[in-house]
Amino acid sequence: MRRVVVTGLGLVTPLGADVETAWANILAGKSGAGKITKFDASAQKCHIACEVKPADHEYGFDAGKRVDHKIQRQVDPFIVFGIDAAGQALEDAGLVDAPEEMRLRMGCSIGSGIGGLPGIESESLVLANKGPGRVSPHFVHGRLINLISGQVSIKYGLMGPNHAVVTACSTGAHSIGDAARMIRDDDADIMLAGGAESTVCPIGIAGFAQAKALNCSFNDRPEQASRPYDKDRDGFVMGEGAGVVVLEEYEHAKARGAKIYAEVVGYGLSGDAYHVTAPHPEGFGAFRSMEMALKKAGMTPADIDYVNAHGTSTMADTIELASVKRLFGDDIANVSMSSTKSAIGHLLGGAGAVETIFCILAIRDQIVPPTLNLDNPDEGTEGVDLVPHVAKKRRVRAALNNSFGFGGTNASVVVKALED
Amino acid sequence: MSTIEAQVKKIVVEHLGVEEDKVVADASFIDDLGADSLDIVELVMAFEEEFGVEIPDDAAEKIATVNDAIAFIEANKG
Repeated sequence: MRRVVVTGLGLVTPLGADVETAWANILAGKSGAGKITKFDASAQKCHIACEVKPADHEYGFDAGKRVDHKIQRQVDPFIVFGIDAAGQALEDAGLVDAPEEMRLRMGCSIGSGIGGLPGIESESLVLANKGPGRVSPHFVHGRLINLISGQVSIKYGLMGPNHAVVTACSTGAHSIGDAARMIRDDDADIMLAGGAESTVCPIGIAGFAQAKALNCSFNDRPEQASRPYDKDRDGFVMGEGAGVVVLEEYEHAKARGAKIYAEVVGYGLSGDAYHVTAPHPEGFGAFRSMEMALKKAGMTPADIDYVNAHGTSTMADTIELASVKRLFGDDIANVSMSSTKSAIGHLLGGAGAVETIFCILAIRDQIVPPTLNLDNPDEGTEGVDLVPHVAKKRRVRAALNNSFGFGGTNASVVVKALED
Repeated sequence: MSTIEAQVKKIVVEHLGVEEDKVVADASFIDDLGADSLDIVELVMAFEEEFGVEIPDDAAEKIATVNDAIAFIEANKG
């Protein structure tokens, strides 16, 4: 069977717009949360978010580095973040100038949960206030979810599969899992896979707040708002950014002497078939997703050292935790599980990809990132190392990422240190 | 440089992301400044907005260079 390894990484996050900066800040226990700066949020219930910082910030994002000025003007920010993260990953993998023969078998699977909501909002206002003749001719293709994959394929000449997953907050994990299968099934040798999101806009914040999903009770203490597993958790903090990995067939990577971070060994998917926003109360879907990922990997819970939880800082945290406990049984004592959403917020369609990258880095550096703000662990957290407050040095042979989305869609990805 | 000329050039620089010194009078939007047909639609909208003129589709199709745009606006601005 064709094996799939990771040979490049790219990140745009609220704590850094490159992999090493973001990871260092995550391990240092920093928070990317703050008052919303992109618009006046004073009329909203929620005033806070984890925004990607501007270029002049210590760990800000410079859109001009990899995205043409003209494209920046035409497309929504989620596409700009996605193009940049994909570019970083290709540079990291040494594949920016791949020969045409190789590029015929290089593809993209970069999705988003919602897509260009800020642009849909602003152009709707143009339509209402100035009429249809003032709507941008770039409106449609500047908002479409598959336009990260589209733009990236055009910029870098990637002629393999061009795909985009849309499964709400499971998008990033599904993107990586689906792309790994495309390589396994011989549709491609190399896939750029991941997700991006940027919905910190009035209708995005209002919509999630009205759905009672956002934290609205820590407006004066943004850095403490995202607190997975804590008794005082009260909804997620919206993040934004992108994560993209280069997936590559193992022999292909070996033949060109590529640096190999890890192997993608397991992928599980399931549906809750229960409710549009709430998870199944027994975590039935989450359990089966993780179980399938382990089975596909030929592993048991004892082989997993780190779980990067979905852990959004909502009531659902303890449901996920209960299903992890049930799956791991006695092995729960040996695993560390944390939610990096405590630091960078919830990147929605980008989350699964960004968090899979953190799993890969945990394996590379043999350290697991912390769960911030876990001051008073909720009932049901006993007996689980949730890595409160501080990163922890430990053995990490393999890691599992969970991502669950509205609609009851679940995905789990298992990555493992490479063994010959 | 007339005010209209300066404003047109500013809009072109901003929308197409090109260097200011490339936006000369006889520069073609498509051949010299890297625009595609949708960029031209956007430029025409920006001119309409900026100068308060209406540029009908058949007139817009004839605007190929920076000078064409300036000439149309100068002739039609109220």
